[in-house]
Amino acid sequence: MGSRLKLFLPLFLFAVLALLLFRGLSLDPMEMPSALIDRPLPAFSLPELASGELLDAAAVAGEVSLLNVWATWCVSCRVEHPYLVSLADSGVRILGLNYKDEDAAALRWLQDLGNPYQFNIADRQGTLALDLGVYGAPETYLLDAEGVVRYRHVGVVDERVWQTVLEPLYSELRAAVAAESP
Amino acid sequence: MIPELGHFALIIALGLTILLSIIPMWGAWRRNVTAMALAPGLALGILCFVSIAYVCLTWAFVNDDFSVKVVAANSNSLLPLMYKFSALWGNHEGSLLLWALILALWTAAVATFSRGLPLLMLARVLSVMGAVGVGFLSFSLLTSNPFARLLPGTPADGSDLNPLLQDPGLIIHPPLLYMGYVGFSVAFAFAIAALLGGRLDAAWARWSRPWTNIAWAFLTLGIMLGSWWAYYELGWGGWWFWDPVENASFMPWLAGTALVHSLAATEKRGLFKSWTVLLAIFAFSLSLLGTFLVRSGVLTSVHAFATDPARGLYILVFLALVVGGSLTLYALRAPAVSSRVHFEWVSRESLLLFNNVVFLVATLTVLFGTLFPLIMDALGQGKVSVGPPYFNAVFVPLMALLAPVMGFGPVSRWKRDKTARWFAELALPAAAALLCAITLPLLNAPYNVWVALAVMLAAWLVFGLARDVWQRVRSGSHLAAGLRRLTPSYLGMLLAHLGFAACIVGVVATSQYALEHDLKMQPGDAKVVAGYEFRFVELVPVRGPNFVADEARFEVYRDGALISRLAPQKRRYLASGQVMTEAAIDAGLFRDLFVAMGEPVGEQGAWAMRLHYKPMIRWMWLGAILMAVGAFTTVLDRRYRRQRQTATAEQPGLAHGV
Repeated sequence: MGSRLKLFLPLFLFAVLALLLFRGLSLDPMEMPSALIDRPLPAFSLPELASGELLDAAAVAGEVSLLNVWATWCVSCRVEHPYLVSLADSGVRILGLNYKDEDAAALRWLQDLGNPYQFNIADRQGTLALDLGVYGAPETYLLDAEGVVRYRHVGVVDERVWQTVLEPLYSELRAAVAAESP
Repeated sequence: MIPELGHFALIIALGLTILLSIIPMWGAWRRNVTAMALAPGLALGILCFVSIAYVCLTWAFVNDDFSVKVVAANSNSLLPLMYKFSALWGNHEGSLLLWALILALWTAAVATFSRGLPLLMLARVLSVMGAVGVGFLSFSLLTSNPFARLLPGTPADGSDLNPLLQDPGLIIHPPLLYMGYVGFSVAFAFAIAALLGGRLDAAWARWSRPWTNIAWAFLTLGIMLGSWWAYYELGWGGWWFWDPVENASFMPWLAGTALVHSLAATEKRGLFKSWTVLLAIFAFSLSLLGTFLVRSGVLTSVHAFATDPARGLYILVFLALVVGGSLTLYALRAPAVSSRVHFEWVSRESLLLFNNVVFLVATLTVLFGTLFPLIMDALGQGKVSVGPPYFNAVFVPLMALLAPVMGFGPVSRWKRDKTARWFAELALPAAAALLCAITLPLLNAPYNVWVALAVMLAAWLVFGLARDVWQRVRSGSHLAAGLRRLTPSYLGMLLAHLGFAACIVGVVATSQYALEHDLKMQPGDAKVVAGYEFRFVELVPVRGPNFVADEARFEVYRDGALISRLAPQKRRYLASGQVMTEAAIDAGLFRDLFVAMGEPVGEQGAWAMRLHYKPMIRWMWLGAILMAVGAFTTVLDRRYRRQRQTATAEQPGLAHGV
């Protein structure tokens, strides 16, 4: 009988594995452990790219917006740029976080390729980006009217990402604002 | 209309698989010859209808029918025609249809080529395969219908195939891989049928051996192509990443390798029967597990499909039924008493056992490493992953342990052998291997201990085989007669083992001697890497069918003579806006020269460039090809053909099968 029981061992091991896999189904490995979701932007005081005047977290609030992390050295940002311009043209408020960049190069970029940003935070040392937990450019954060981070997208924003991921959240936040202030 | 026809054909195919999984099985139980005899016909019917469905979906891709959801999401009117064919399996729904088609092909192949099997056995085998087919076809129809339409709201153009997949290597990689995965279902079905019939014997092993070898060969080729593709398409020159999806294909391969060897002992000596059955169940279960991991989203990976928890749950339930069911059957029916056949410690049986232990341990360590992030997450320990350092640390020593023992395999004898005879046979090969280890790496200064070790192990295998071939050929009256004595199964083993030796050399040499330079270059710059001068001549914009690109033109000189022109590209695909690196490679038997473009730097057209020198990297893939060719060769062996005739002669009905 003992040797027969031994043959049940593979079945038992598989049962453990199946339980583990079942548990795995309810966990999302893609979830970025971002502590910032549903928290306000970290405090900062950084110059605006063109004017040089100091900006802080208050400047960001007021309207639902996208905060786009970009740099001239980032090729994907160049790919993403035309789409951001068209988004801005359609009325979406986009703020820029110019990340570890040279001001002159950044300004030339905006002049040549168009400027979708209402204003740009010049984060030359990458301090705000560090507080935000930026992995690399481009990244885009969706902020609500109070300046609270609601969503983080890593990578290029294109038609597909906007339509399937960002736009629904964006519309929802806009609707919430409209409901509060009739 | 055509997509609906395909959908309808798929539903009929599902109906037929349900019939196939029930009627012949019932017939086998009630000994009803008519019911059992239906199995081959049903198998061919399934193939017919799944093929219709497949052709219909291909038609939708080729004719840009963007009202079909998968076509709209994975194709584009500008996509070159050959990629429209392969775009079908570049997504979850389509690849599942390919899975179903290949399963139908294997089932029909068993029905066609195993006419000589006892009807009882054949009916059970086909019925088990039918049950697997029910699982996959219902999965496709219920959760991931490939023919779903986008009506209304048909887009004007499709979002294009992922540019990573727009590559000739990727056209054939998935079909080959699936041929391997699904091929193990045949070995699995034979094992289950044998358990049901309570007859685990040499005949069963002889029937499943050719099928297992073919499946293993396809899987080998599939994995090799995947590695080759990663090397030139991902743009950083790596060839194996221990990514969960790669591991998903590698685990069945490891288990399959153990199975191929264990089947040899079962066929020739009637040994390790329970063990072989268990390995057959393992190999197929791991194929299914791979499918689960890729499609359920429990692990992150570069090539995971779009995921959906409902699909994950469906495959998990299917996995639980198939694997849980077969392991229960195994626990109840496998022979528990150890075999009466004896063998000594110094014998071929022991060596095969050693092979099995090594490959099983390798499978389990890869399984553990792959599932480790999931285990930690499930235990609430956060997101962690073990990564290549773990896999290299456990896998490399295992293979290093395998190779020395492997050298004894071919010369060893069944049942009882003598260590003195092994030493007498292999002293010369061992000495020659040692000599190679000392001298060969000297050709490429500086001397590298790891390469020396790899050369020694590979030379040990090669010389051992050479010695064995010479012994066999010498025993013939003259050379031609001697060569004729080498059977296809022996030649197959020879090729596969030589392939393994080539892999060892390729992997170690390229890991140890590869040179990689990442540097900023602008047109006119030059850089010498390993004696090759890479001159960046010019940067030109080019336009492809569905992309625009910057192309860097390089000329490579050696000792002042132009030996190659390389033109890597940085492409931007029009439909998706995705940016892709297209590496340029000058391939050679002893070295690859590899150039890939990084990012543009500064204003004067300067780019970050990646220049690689990869010695002997081809050996690894050539080795894999040799292994696959070897496995295919074994199938030509006369005893598999003879078996069909004798089986027909011996067993006209089913009386023998019980």
